[in-house]
Amino acid sequence: MARSKNRMSNEINAGSMADIAFLLLIFFLVTTTIASDKGILNFLPPKQDPNVPPPDIQKNERNIFNVLINANNDLLVEGEYRRKADGLDEEFKAFILNFGAPDEEAAALFNSLPAELKAEAQKRSNSSDHPGEAVISIKTNRGTSYAVFLEVFDLAKKAYFDIYAKRVGLTADEYRALTGDDEASKALQDKGKEGIPMAISIAEPDKIGGN
Amino acid sequence: MAKFKKERKGQEQINTSALPDIIFMLLFFFMVTTVLREQDILVEQKIPQSTQLQKLQNKTLISYIFIGKPKNTGLYGSEPRVQANDVLISTPEIVQWVNQERDKLAEADRGSITISMKVDKDVKMGPISDVQTELRNADARKVLYASIGKIYED
Repeated sequence: MARSKNRMSNEINAGSMADIAFLLLIFFLVTTTIASDKGILNFLPPKQDPNVPPPDIQKNERNIFNVLINANNDLLVEGEYRRKADGLDEEFKAFILNFGAPDEEAAALFNSLPAELKAEAQKRSNSSDHPGEAVISIKTNRGTSYAVFLEVFDLAKKAYFDIYAKRVGLTADEYRALTGDDEASKALQDKGKEGIPMAISIAEPDKIGGN
Repeated sequence: MAKFKKERKGQEQINTSALPDIIFMLLFFFMVTTVLREQDILVEQKIPQSTQLQKLQNKTLISYIFIGKPKNTGLYGSEPRVQANDVLISTPEIVQWVNQERDKLAEADRGSITISMKVDKDVKMGPISDVQTELRNADARKVLYASIGKIYED
């Protein structure tokens, strides 16, 4: 009897301690935002020298996939009016992997692709010659909403990342998570990109609908 | 009888002395992983959603630029403005700001400065294109369009 009484007095009641800690925990949960450095990477073109005229690049119309977004956020995809950007990623993919008129190097590239990607090649004469030539061009007006532009840019990136990922046998999420820090992930990254440069051109917006 | 009563009392109390420790561990985890915002955001920030997100490895190379409609429209007007550090700046001042940010970095890293553009959904492309032109002038060409993951409905 004496023993049990002794044990009781030795223990401090710490039950309310948890409540206090809970309050603090909830306070921090509510007040803090986890800083996220996630986003879509883009490399801007170098500054233009006003004395040097921009290089006059002759490119076949079929090698450029034009997407125009106007100030009403309507799309013009290869001359075709569209309200929504849905499904554009599949069209981008079909365009990049068209292989309409591959040269020797591109034919070798085609042969190195996995069967899943080979099946995407439609070999149409009015689409891109080969991935090395294909360019996706996104043009906006000054009045175009940023959200719509980012959506289209996102889909273009998705098309490329899907192709890269399938080439190395990863899912797109896994491929994007590659850091390139160690040799193995760098090798995977390079293998995915090899011969298929990510060519997304963002044209200077024109004056319509903005200030 | 008295003996019986006391024994029951002792069994009813569950030992919860380890519970605060667990909660404190959680608390410390959140305190360490979260970063308190060190600057006031003066512009609206509704970050758009997208799917192809990439995470940057080296956080020290990132400088943030905020673009959006000012929260205090009475003071700053309702047109989208650019915020760098904790002040609103005009577009031509961006070059100077980039150079300041670059000077803060180690010499070897100066070429790979990354600008994270946190742009509000409702901003039009016009101001963004002006900012990008200035970034090109400042030769800070690596840009990250800050974005959050898309939540699918299906």
